Parts: sequence; C-alpha cells; structure tokens
Amino acid sequence: MGDTPPRSVDASAGGPGAHSTRAAGAAASSDGPTDNNGRGGGSSLPRAKAFGAEPAFRGLTQASGIMVLVIIVAIAVFLISEAIPALRANQENFFTFNEWHAQSSDPRFGIAAIVFGTVLSAVIALVVAVPIALGIALFLSHYAHRRIATWLGFVIDLLAAVPSVVFGLWGRSVFIEPVRDFSVWLNHYFSWIPLFGGNGPFGNSILLGSLVLAIMVLPIVTSLSREVFMQTPKQNEEAALALGATKWEMVRTAVLPYGRPGVIAAVMLGLGRALGETIALAMTLGSSFIITANVIQNGGVTIASNIANGFGEADDIGRGALIASGLVLFTITLVVNMIARVIIYRRREFTDVAA
Amino acid sequence: MTLLAPEQDVTAGSLHTKRLPAWAALATAVVALALSAALVLGTGIGNWVLVVVLGAVLYLIGFWLAANAVEGPRSARNRTWSALIHSACVLAILPLASVTWTLISNGINRLDGNFFLTSMNNIGARDANGGAYHAIVGTLEQVGIAALITIPLGVLGAIYLVEYGRGKLSLAIRFFVDVMTGIPSIVAGLFVLAFWVLIVSPLFNNGQPQYSGFAAALALSVLMLPTIVRSTEEMLRLVPAPLREGAYALGVPKWKTILRIVIPTALPGIVTGIMLSIARAAGETAPVLLVAGGTAAINFNPFENNQSSLSLFVFSQATDSSRFSPDRAWTAALTLVALVLILTIAAKLLARRNRLTR
Repeated sequence: MGDTPPRSVDASAGGPGAHSTRAAGAAASSDGPTDNNGRGGGSSLPRAKAFGAEPAFRGLTQASGIMVLVIIVAIAVFLISEAIPALRANQENFFTFNEWHAQSSDPRFGIAAIVFGTVLSAVIALVVAVPIALGIALFLSHYAHRRIATWLGFVIDLLAAVPSVVFGLWGRSVFIEPVRDFSVWLNHYFSWIPLFGGNGPFGNSILLGSLVLAIMVLPIVTSLSREVFMQTPKQNEEAALALGATKWEMVRTAVLPYGRPGVIAAVMLGLGRALGETIALAMTLGSSFIITANVIQNGGVTIASNIANGFGEADDIGRGALIASGLVLFTITLVVNMIARVIIYRRREFTDVAA
Repeated sequence: MTLLAPEQDVTAGSLHTKRLPAWAALATAVVALALSAALVLGTGIGNWVLVVVLGAVLYLIGFWLAANAVEGPRSARNRTWSALIHSACVLAILPLASVTWTLISNGINRLDGNFFLTSMNNIGARDANGGAYHAIVGTLEQVGIAALITIPLGVLGAIYLVEYGRGKLSLAIRFFVDVMTGIPSIVAGLFVLAFWVLIVSPLFNNGQPQYSGFAAALALSVLMLPTIVRSTEEMLRLVPAPLREGAYALGVPKWKTILRIVIPTALPGIVTGIMLSIARAAGETAPVLLVAGGTAAINFNPFENNQSSLSLFVFSQATDSSRFSPDRAWTAALTLVALVLILTIAAKLLARRNRLTR
C-alpha cells in the first residue's frame, strides 16, 4: 500500500475529511460577524443572543445527535438490568453450560451451544459467500460491460432489500430439497469426514442455515467491495497494463492490494450481519443444543434463532435468560462492527492525507 | 517481478503471438461435460447436478491446460480467473432467480380480494380462507410511527454532524452511528422489550406489561435511525459550500440557511435515504415478534393490545402446521416483497433525479 499515489479520483468520493474542511470554512465565516472580540466592524453588528433561534436550533440538532449515544448506552443498561435476575437464578455456569432450560423452577441455561452454533453458521456462510462476492465485485468493477454492470449492480441491491423472512420461507420450503439431497449424497460418500457424518435425518441443518445466510450476506460484501475496487486509482491500473500485465495480473497487483482494507472491513460487516441474523435461521435450523461439528444433520441453533423460537413460551426468568443471551450477541456484534469501522476509518484517514 | 520476466511466446519475434481459437472454449466445454457425464453416470455416484458441477471443474482445468499449451502460463491464468469471476455471477443469479420464481408461482395461489380484506380471526386449521388485512394494517402503522419518530431525529442529527459538529463529540457520534447500523434487529427488539414493554408500559397498564404496535415502532426506530442519519449526512455534505456562503453573505442566519437553502437542495437525496430505510424496516420480523406480540384479529390501535405485521404474518404462517397456511405465507411474502421493492425502486429512481453528485 505504501506505493499508492495521491488519489485525486477519490477525493470527492471519500469520507468526511475532504468536505469538512469546506464546511469548517463556511462555519467560521458565519460565526465571524457574531463575535465581538476585536474584529473590524464587529461592534456595529448585532451581538450573539444567548436565547435565540440559532442557539435553540443548534441545541436541538446536538440533542438529536447525542440521542444515538444515549440509545447505545441505554441498550446496554436495560439489557443488563433485565438479565441480572435471570443470571442470579441460573443454577449452572452461564458461559460453559450448553443446554437451555430457562423456566422459573430450577432454571439451568448456558450459552456454550448457541454461541458455538452462531459462530459456526456465520463462518460457513462467510466461507461460501466471500469468494463469490469478491468475484461479483470484480466482475462489476473491472470485467463487465458498463451497462451490464449497472443492471447487475441494481439487481444485487434489490437482493439486499429482500426481507430476511422471505429468505427464511424460501429456505424452509424450497431450498431444503436440494440441500437435503446434497446432504444425503455427502453423507453417503464422505461420512468418514466428521463434518458429514451421522445417520440423518438431514435437511434442517447448519448447512441449510449457513447457505441461506450466505445468500443474505452476499449483497453487503459485494456492494462494499465493489465500491473500493472502483476507487482503485486509474494510474495504478494503467501502469500495470503498460508494463505488459494481463488483466488478471493487473487486478492482482493493482486492484486487490489497494482494496484489501476495504474488503476486510466488508467481510467484517458481513460477519456482523451473519451473526445477528434471526428469522431466516429460526425458520431453517432444526434447533438442538448439541455442540457438534456435524453440519448436515438436523439441528443447530444460534443466539438469535434461540431467542425467536424460545420467546413464545418464556416466563419471567426465561425472558431474562434470553435477554442475557441477547446481551452476549450485542457485545459480539458491537466488537465486530467496531473493528470493521476502525479499519474503514484508518483507511479513510490515510486516503485523505494522500489526497 | 513476474511482470517483467521475459515470456518467450508473448514477445517472440513476430507481432502475432499464438492465440487460442474462439471455438476452443466451446470445444473444451463439450468435452468436459461429456467426460463428466460419462464419469458420473457411468459410476452412478450422482445425478445431473454433479455432472454440471464436475463438468465445470473439468472445463476450467481443461481450458487452463489448452491455454497453457498454446498461449503460455500467464495468459492461461488470466483466462481461468476470468472464467471463475464470470461463474461467480451465475452462482449469485441462481438463488435470486429461484426466490423470484417460487415467490411468484406460489404467491399467486391466494392473491385474491379475500386475502387483503379479511383477517385471521376465527380461522381454524381447516379453513382455507383468511387473510392478512390485520397484518397490513399493523405494518403500515408501525412503520409510519417509526418514520414519524426517526425522520426528524435522524435529519437533525445529520445536520448536527455536518453543520455544527466539531471535535470529539461529533467524531464519537459519527463512529457510533456507523456501529449502530450493525446492531442486530433482534437486539433492538430485546432493548425495547426490556425498556418499554417490561419497564415503562406497566406504568400505564395497571402493572401489566403491554405488548403493542407502538413498541414495535420504537424497535424499528432504533434500526432506522442510524441509516437515516448516515444517508442524510452524506447528502448534506454534497451541498456546495458556495450556496451556504452566498446565504451568509446576504446576512441570513445559519439555522435559516440550513432550513431554507441546504435542506431543500439536498431533499431528493434525503428522501431517497429515508425511503430505503423505511423499506428495510418494513421487512423486519424479529423486533415485531418480540414486542408487538402478534394477533389474529384486526387492531387499529397501535398503543393498546397486540398487533401483527406482514413479516410476522409470514413467519407465523410458515411455521403453522395447517395445510392452508403455506399458501397464505407465500402470498403475504409476495405482498411484502412487492411493498419493499416498490419503495426501493422508487427511491432509486428518485436518486437518479438528484442533481447533487459526488
């Protein structure tokens, strides 16, 4: 990345930095007349009022902005406050126990199995989705004819807009057939691999959930990576081509290294989405609290699907227990998202300096 | 380094290097498919799907070998990666086509007036009729209330970030707006469950927790707020600074400049962002499931008693055991997708009319 030249192309497409300087200039010029400290002609202008429309409007916007911070803090506070009674009543270790019997009498529950299922399904989904997403992103940014790229990009955006409950319905009643056949086939020929062992029944498995999940995270990873690939400086690409590189060599030496931080961030954001996805998994997974590497047998449960499926019959303690597991999910996704954002912000600072 | 290495067949004396003829790709594909069919069907280890998959793999290998022999390794690699990238697109189109096809073919079964004008009240497992009227009412009310809450809050927050925000506070807000876009919808639902349903609503309801459409609207607001702030902020930044400076030069106060000059200029873009976030909120199921409770009857009052929503209706019908519920689920899903896609496409068309570009 060290040899990336200044990015004039990106200067206008970048983040806040490029524009905020202009906005800052505008702000300074507006604040100028209202302060009286030795500026020429200032004394003849009206003094800034402490209670006028301007401070009121400013305060209103500031309060709205601060609402975001308030909500994030409030989420943590209220989830913790509702989770504590259930955690107190829990008879087992919350982090290492792998079953979920959360009811008022003798509550025993732990998140070992559901965290395992959450991470496993998200990782499989990303392993399937990321190579395909990067392929599509490269196709859209460098391979496709411009008109096809616009059209296909639009279709991918629409794919992102389809509600997850529709993917859940489709996975549950349509996609399950090929996945079940595939699982039986895998089990028949590859049962010596622990991933594909077991004696059935197959179908409502981690594999089905993960594949549906992969289809759902595909558009996010695609559109973010396409954006960074498109920002590759033309000079880098043309230099590579001028040195006699084939198209793929150009992509490998100019586009991919340039886009790497962006792609990592896109994958992290996809991971955040995959970890938190609820309804599609609640509709496709078979719900069993067993920690197993087997991905094709009925079963599998994630934090979010457990909440959606278990909420209906939960009593006070059960609700508290589900909220406690939701707190864990909140923490995990918060960390993943923050890492992704820090990567994006670093890159943005770098590009602003370069520009 | 690989770029500079002299390749004999590329820089060989004549201007024309050897190229793979155009029919070579087709020939390789036919041979690969035939070979794979013979292999798979001959040994009986799979059906036509495996034939296609194995054929594709054999095609890539064979094509690479042919290009390698005729054009050299660099060109062979180039062609193989190009083929892989194109096939990624085909792989992504397949599920989309399948979803679209099943959605339409299954959805039209119950696409009748009865579906849109009746609720599920008193519909038993053996009744074929019943509809989603109550769910549509719920979706519209919840999304509408969420929009009423979020649009002023989000737009004002974005104004703060662009026009007033300086220093650490605005940096922190911007960072957490980005982080908040990634909050899972179920966590937003749990938050409103813990905050509104279990703690605040009992105050108005004789100490009993009150599931309601308004609670669902609150949860949707939590999800919509960051996306609206983000998209509005981006649009406001695109408003040219000379427009603001012109207004300031005429002595217009800053707040009036923002309301009269900046916002109207950026309005099409802001509306696009709002519509996209509304479309996303309309499709959310998990928060509604947790805090609206769900019901089979029509309930126009979002502040009292359980409400349903279209997405929740799809979920409950899909997991129902009645023989007639899948049809209802598919039709409701079709309605939901139509609603969401109409909003999305309208937003995108509006974005095209936006004169502010990067």
